[in-house]
Amino acid sequence: MGGWAIAVHGGAGVDPKLPAERQEAAKQLLARCLNMGISALRSNFPAIDVVELVVRELETDPLFNSGRGSALTERGTVEMEASIMDGPNRRCGAVSGVTTVKNPVSLARLVMDKSPHSYLAFSGAEEFARQQGVELVDNKYFITEENVGMLKLAKEANSILFDYRIPSVGLETCGAGAAATDNPLQMNGLPISVYAPETVGCVVVDREGRCAAATSTGGLMNKRTGRIGDSPLIGAGTYASNLCGVSCTGEGEAIIRATLARDVAAVMEYKGLGLQEAVDFVIKERLDEGKAGLIAVSRNGEVAYGFNCNGMFRGCATEDGFMEVGIWE
Amino acid sequence: MGWAIALHGGAGDIPVNLPPERRLPREEALRHCLDIGVDALKSHKHALDVVELVVRELENHPNFNAGKGSVLTTAGTVEMEACIMDGNTKRCGAVSGLTTVVNPISLSRLVMEKTPHIYLAFDGAEAFAREQGVETVDSSHFITPENVERLKQAKEANRVQIDYTQPIQEDVQKESSAADGDSQIGTVGCVAVDNQGNLAAATSTGGLVNKMVGRIGDTPIIGSGTYANHLCAVSATGKGEAIIHGTVARDVAALMEFKGVSLKEAAACVVEERVPKGNVGLVAVSASGEVTMPFNTTGMFRACATEDGYSEIGIWTSSQN
Repeated sequence: MGGWAIAVHGGAGVDPKLPAERQEAAKQLLARCLNMGISALRSNFPAIDVVELVVRELETDPLFNSGRGSALTERGTVEMEASIMDGPNRRCGAVSGVTTVKNPVSLARLVMDKSPHSYLAFSGAEEFARQQGVELVDNKYFITEENVGMLKLAKEANSILFDYRIPSVGLETCGAGAAATDNPLQMNGLPISVYAPETVGCVVVDREGRCAAATSTGGLMNKRTGRIGDSPLIGAGTYASNLCGVSCTGEGEAIIRATLARDVAAVMEYKGLGLQEAVDFVIKERLDEGKAGLIAVSRNGEVAYGFNCNGMFRGCATEDGFMEVGIWE
Repeated sequence: MGWAIALHGGAGDIPVNLPPERRLPREEALRHCLDIGVDALKSHKHALDVVELVVRELENHPNFNAGKGSVLTTAGTVEMEACIMDGNTKRCGAVSGLTTVVNPISLSRLVMEKTPHIYLAFDGAEAFAREQGVETVDSSHFITPENVERLKQAKEANRVQIDYTQPIQEDVQKESSAADGDSQIGTVGCVAVDNQGNLAAATSTGGLVNKMVGRIGDTPIIGSGTYANHLCAVSATGKGEAIIHGTVARDVAALMEFKGVSLKEAAACVVEERVPKGNVGLVAVSASGEVTMPFNTTGMFRACATEDGYSEIGIWTSSQN
């Protein structure tokens, strides 16, 4: 057994012009969450409790796109989603379309622990939250002034870029659209300056070699009401088994198609690759044109990350004293 | 090479003494849907069109748990979900929480083709259906007297056996199969490979009898209930939560891709080793026109055909059929 390891992320695909003070704030938050996880691991908390604890903290801080600070739907509302998975028995829980639950990741945990199901969504998830007595807040709590401004920008950009993924529509003939596609720094069809990546996630292996993963997000800025992304989908945004724990972030649709999180585990299991090799393989081979990043830990106490886009907010630490917090390559 | 098609109408604890009035209409529906799929493949329709066509037909059949005939939530309502995936492009679409859309599978195809997203659910999916002008009906259209009775029985059984605060998985299955022998069964799915080697998979369901409102199962989740790539197409059915844990459909493809095993070996490995007994069945075809339909439940309503003339319709293991 290689000791504990932990990694956190706050999304992939970062605007290179992000103000320095915001970069600094992001790094401080990642370091704070990492230290919180490290303390829990040193106190022998099981991996599943540690990932929940850390993601709760990331949700509660308004900086990243989850919980408070979530990206807004086209209607200006917040619809959050989250999932959690416990490696040893592959139990999992997920929620989508949550609008009043302060910590969606903890509701996902309750779906796993207290319901016969793995995944609850929209009004059913809200009803379950009330039954379970989790902390509820008004939807306004999640909406930050900054995101209201971002939604406005996204709507302006979207009027040009809507349906960017559908070749048959022929929007590329539109002059403004052509200008926008010249800009290489786009995520999900939005200029990177208004794209709100910043999904959060945490993966942990504890001293017993148990792996766990959790991911939480407000989704895509200006998304349609009802849109489900990769974060709540087991095997896409989140996966944990007896070998590893994985949390992904980036263009949700590319991650879903690639079953990205499961594939890290699958190439370890079926191809015999090591953790970093597995991460590099899926980022290179499985994303096609999509842009994404991920963090992973193995049961041997290794930690790894990878991304094929412009930067990823991430931090990691291992029991032997290694610790890193970074944004760029 | 050559076309191949397989379809299912659910796997589970199907009693071997299933009365003829329950068995025969389902066998007849499987035959009818298989014929439709075979005709479409012979007319050189694209695999994606074939799986959509066949699943629409299965959805319209009231004896299966999809579209009309969907089982009911604990609130007595219908919440349908479906998913479709095109193997060569890996494009996909999914929907959950539909209450008025006659053919959920076709709405999932529209999500794939007409939105930048893959997955729409509940009110947002219903709003999208209205925008697209697909056929919608009052939710009562989907509710059959048989399913009202099933819900009643499941609730009675539930009262004694399920405390939702206790995650006792075994009881969930015991309770529902006790209701009337086939209450949980009937998710539908179809996989096909056409003459051009295009692969596609589609799955549609009403979910679980007496499910919590808002519950999402494996069917709409890419890689769990449904998956297709350039090697194979897979549609799974059974206990949703177990299929999600096992990422069943993706794992069949992953074993072929990363371990180099054949379709039959990959499917058998997933069904026998990755999901507890009594929980899963699947249908799958490969790019080279192989077909396989393993299950670790008592039975699975299933049918398949290949271009070389092979055809099979079955419920239990071959010795019991």
